[in-house]
Amino acid sequence: MTARVLVAKPGLDGHDRGAKLVARALRDAGFEVIYTGIRQRPEEIAAVAAQEDVQVVGLSILSGAHLALTRKVAAALLVAGADTARIVVGGTIPQRDVAGLLDAGAAAVFPTGTPLDEIVTAMRGLTDASGPAGR
Amino acid sequence: MSGSAAEQDHAIESERVRGLLEQARAGRLAATGRLLSLLENDGPSSRAVSRAAFPLGGGAYTVGITGPPGAGKSTLTGRLITALRGRGERVAVLAIDPSSPVSGGAILGDRVRMEHVGDPAVFIRSMASRGQQGGLALAAPAALRLLDAAGYSWILLETVGVGQVELDVCAVTDTTVLVVNPGWGDDVQTAKAGILEVADVFVVNKADRPGAEHARRDLASMRAVAPGAGGWQPPVLATVASEDVGSAEVLAAIDGHRSWLESDGHLSSLREARLWDEVQAVALAQLRERARQRFGQSSADELRLLVASRSIDPWSAADLLTTDDGDAGRRGLREARQ
Repeated sequence: MTARVLVAKPGLDGHDRGAKLVARALRDAGFEVIYTGIRQRPEEIAAVAAQEDVQVVGLSILSGAHLALTRKVAAALLVAGADTARIVVGGTIPQRDVAGLLDAGAAAVFPTGTPLDEIVTAMRGLTDASGPAGR
Repeated sequence: MSGSAAEQDHAIESERVRGLLEQARAGRLAATGRLLSLLENDGPSSRAVSRAAFPLGGGAYTVGITGPPGAGKSTLTGRLITALRGRGERVAVLAIDPSSPVSGGAILGDRVRMEHVGDPAVFIRSMASRGQQGGLALAAPAALRLLDAAGYSWILLETVGVGQVELDVCAVTDTTVLVVNPGWGDDVQTAKAGILEVADVFVVNKADRPGAEHARRDLASMRAVAPGAGGWQPPVLATVASEDVGSAEVLAAIDGHRSWLESDGHLSSLREARLWDEVQAVALAQLRERARQRFGQSSADELRLLVASRSIDPWSAADLLTTDDGDAGRRGLREARQ
């Protein structure tokens, strides 16, 4: 089964170079990547995740608000009934926030400087090995 | 697995699908999303979804929007969603993009140009073609029927059509809109493009660019040479979708085609023919698979070589492949060998 993942940019920062780079790397690794563009609200991300029925919601956050945004996206996914999707977070994430993000509902965190192939491997693990719940 | 266990699994699956379908009809977007995945992954559940959805459909009007990459299909689709929402319609969009032939992956970004994510009466799904020729995912016809069953009154199917072989879209929707840009089809390509003969509405988008009038005239003259089926004259419209110029006229043209189809029973015979085409295509695929299983791969390989070496002619070989009598098939293969 081909894995479907969402690459989304919540919050107000408008820099999507990193997100696009990750999207391309995932495409080249055989993923179907839904890309939503910049400045998405958590409820919008959850609505897209529900309609697209993705297995992973990838959040690219450069604004520093990653903890609050991750919590809000996790809550919105639950409301939308799309909580079978796992959340991963990347961007400018300091190492010291990783534990907090995992606690906020992220299944994996890619702090600043994570190599692309490491992200791809982690996404494979989240979509193939464990498999999405309820399918 | 024993028969009764299989039956029980089947019943559980049908029950789950029915539950999801009920939620989808109540407007739960996640349920519709999940049902589409079940269809797309073509597992045992996909049949259950098709079976449950089919009797509930028939109310939606379907529009195919096709054209070369970058022509502005998604932007125009976004404008059409807005216009249809203004009339109170519930709108679903299926946006199909090609899978990478190398990795099998895809980047599906059409929805970036459709700003309706906050509207619960709009459902947008991106789909990768997964290797299907014709720009159309294999699951698309079933997906259209599911969205129909979920209660969307209009369904827009957006596909990349480069112009020559990608005609599938016309075979699954009621109205087909071809979107091109100025500069398109200046040369021989126009004449080759089979899509010209099957599109019901032509749109020259980005009409603020040089060459728009030329493209419009070009399409109009092509249309004069090959008028649409059964007397419909496909209109040629100019738009600047990014500025919302001309999109109301495109919707009016679609409405016009719909009215034409609905008069004189064109629409019901079109839909009847479409469903029967699908039955035949599926039946053919099933027969092929059954023949392959019954005859066996090694025998088929041998038969291929026997045809190549002219030991047996293609028609007799096909008889052996398709015969219901397995003994006769093997006997025929033996005879051809000698």
